[in-house]
Amino acid sequence: MGIVKAQDLGSTAREADPPEPGTVRIGSGAGFAGDRLDPALELAQLGHLDFLVFELLGERTVANAQKARLNDPSAGYDPTLLDRIRLTAPHCSANGTRIITNGGAANPLTAGRAVAGLLDDMGIDMPVAVVIGDDVLDQVLATDPLRWEDSQPAASSEPRLASANAYLGASGIRRALDEGARIVITGRVADPSLYVGPLSHSFSWSDDDSDHIGQATVIGHLLECGGQVTGGYFADPMTKPVAGLDRLGFPYADVSPSGDAVIGKLAGTGGAVTVRTCTEQLLYEVADPGAYVTPDVVADFTGTVLREVGSDRIAVTGGKGVAAPVELKVTLGYLGGWEAEGQITYAGPRALLRAQLAADIVVRRLERIHGYRESELSVEFIGAGASFRGLSDVADPPEVRLRVAGAAQSRRRASAIGAEVEALYTNGPAGGGGARTSVRESLSVKSCSLPRALTKVSVIHADELTDHEEASDGREV
Amino acid sequence: MAAKSEHMLTVDDLATVRTGDKGDTLILGVIAREGAQFSVLSRAVTEEAVAHHFGLPVSRVRRCLLPRLNAMSFELKGMLGRGVTGVSHLDGHGKTLSYHLLTMQLKH
Repeated sequence: MGIVKAQDLGSTAREADPPEPGTVRIGSGAGFAGDRLDPALELAQLGHLDFLVFELLGERTVANAQKARLNDPSAGYDPTLLDRIRLTAPHCSANGTRIITNGGAANPLTAGRAVAGLLDDMGIDMPVAVVIGDDVLDQVLATDPLRWEDSQPAASSEPRLASANAYLGASGIRRALDEGARIVITGRVADPSLYVGPLSHSFSWSDDDSDHIGQATVIGHLLECGGQVTGGYFADPMTKPVAGLDRLGFPYADVSPSGDAVIGKLAGTGGAVTVRTCTEQLLYEVADPGAYVTPDVVADFTGTVLREVGSDRIAVTGGKGVAAPVELKVTLGYLGGWEAEGQITYAGPRALLRAQLAADIVVRRLERIHGYRESELSVEFIGAGASFRGLSDVADPPEVRLRVAGAAQSRRRASAIGAEVEALYTNGPAGGGGARTSVRESLSVKSCSLPRALTKVSVIHADELTDHEEASDGREV
Repeated sequence: MAAKSEHMLTVDDLATVRTGDKGDTLILGVIAREGAQFSVLSRAVTEEAVAHHFGLPVSRVRRCLLPRLNAMSFELKGMLGRGVTGVSHLDGHGKTLSYHLLTMQLKH
């Protein structure tokens, strides 16, 4: 099996100029678990990167991975991780690029062993290290802190607490790199910290150098969602047209020792890096731009200045910060019960009226035969204002898709929701088509805080991974 | 609904909006298309106006002005709540709701 090159996949990306001496180039290879694979290949092959980061965890992803691990102890890390490493590692090895990823998810040690085994098979020498310590289920069970959302105890409330993962900061990644790792695999680490770690390692910024860490957090925040900053999530065909979205390039930053950075992408890829794409991404998911809290710093984005310095090149300066909080945010995953839904489409004259009649039939039958209360069911009319949650209803839409969703303790009872929607095919109203149903195990996610002192971040290098098998897999869950 | 004036500007005419979420909080970044329009936007797109447009009490909406970026950011607390059943909307993250703010008329 030969090495896959970007052009083998039809890429038109062109090789970047190497970064200026003393400058560190760090790129985004993925912005979420479902992200595309080829943009990272382009960057690994043509980007002259020092670091390539794969961000693969959302709030729900880590809890879902814990669920997968409960069912299969060898699972629980990102299922795309090995494909991503297989594609990019030959280029990263040849080009001196180090890889950082949180794709270890709920099982970073097993992920580390799998990646090390894959690299052995491929004949690639890139030392792997794993950062552990984010799994704080034992600590949460022991201390039972209150949940943010409802002030109920995290461990002793229903349903059953299945996972607890603390958002770790950059320190473990930095230590792994300081100790010579070329691939660093973590579980739950705050997204910007995946970028702060390599930058702190490169420029020897100390943990309490809050302004540099704050600026590094701004850089990480701009890069962490991959194609969002290169014009993907930004694009609108009328107001914000972006060319070449089917070959959207992923971003990288050239970071100088002062922390000043320039965001760019490879020439020949689709998308755009402009002041507007960067401004939108800077504000993305930031509740308080003056105090963006991460495990590394409380970053201040309000002084950030974005300036165009070339085609698809935006300079980023002015990020600052103050010391990080003493407590870490923890994502709690609760298992229990099932969620189900059914959807069916009505089109043409009286589409909404027929969809409303269909909803009424389904709800009445779920009440009468399956014991649901109407308040337990969610009914949406897609195409008639469902997305805006009733704030802006559409009169007489040409096409409506009914969605009925609900939750139940047993799979059997949950399945009734989809079954009742599907049964509308023959039982009316007229012209219902394209019915689809789904059932899945419920997983609810909540949050709490945990004192940092209760967590212990460890770096495990590849040659020590087998020794940790017992420790990592020994706990009964 | 009152008759829509043909001349009434909407947020869509002057700004772009980016949606994000944290838990059940909806976060909206509002960015002026041209720097000169920022002052008009900041006068018209107030906490009160946004709360009304999203059907929330004003106490649940917080605005942060970012004049250096010709932008402002809104937190809408509780906008993405799942309700008593824990059953989420199809778009549980509220990704589509940036385009609801774009439809808001500017009164100034």
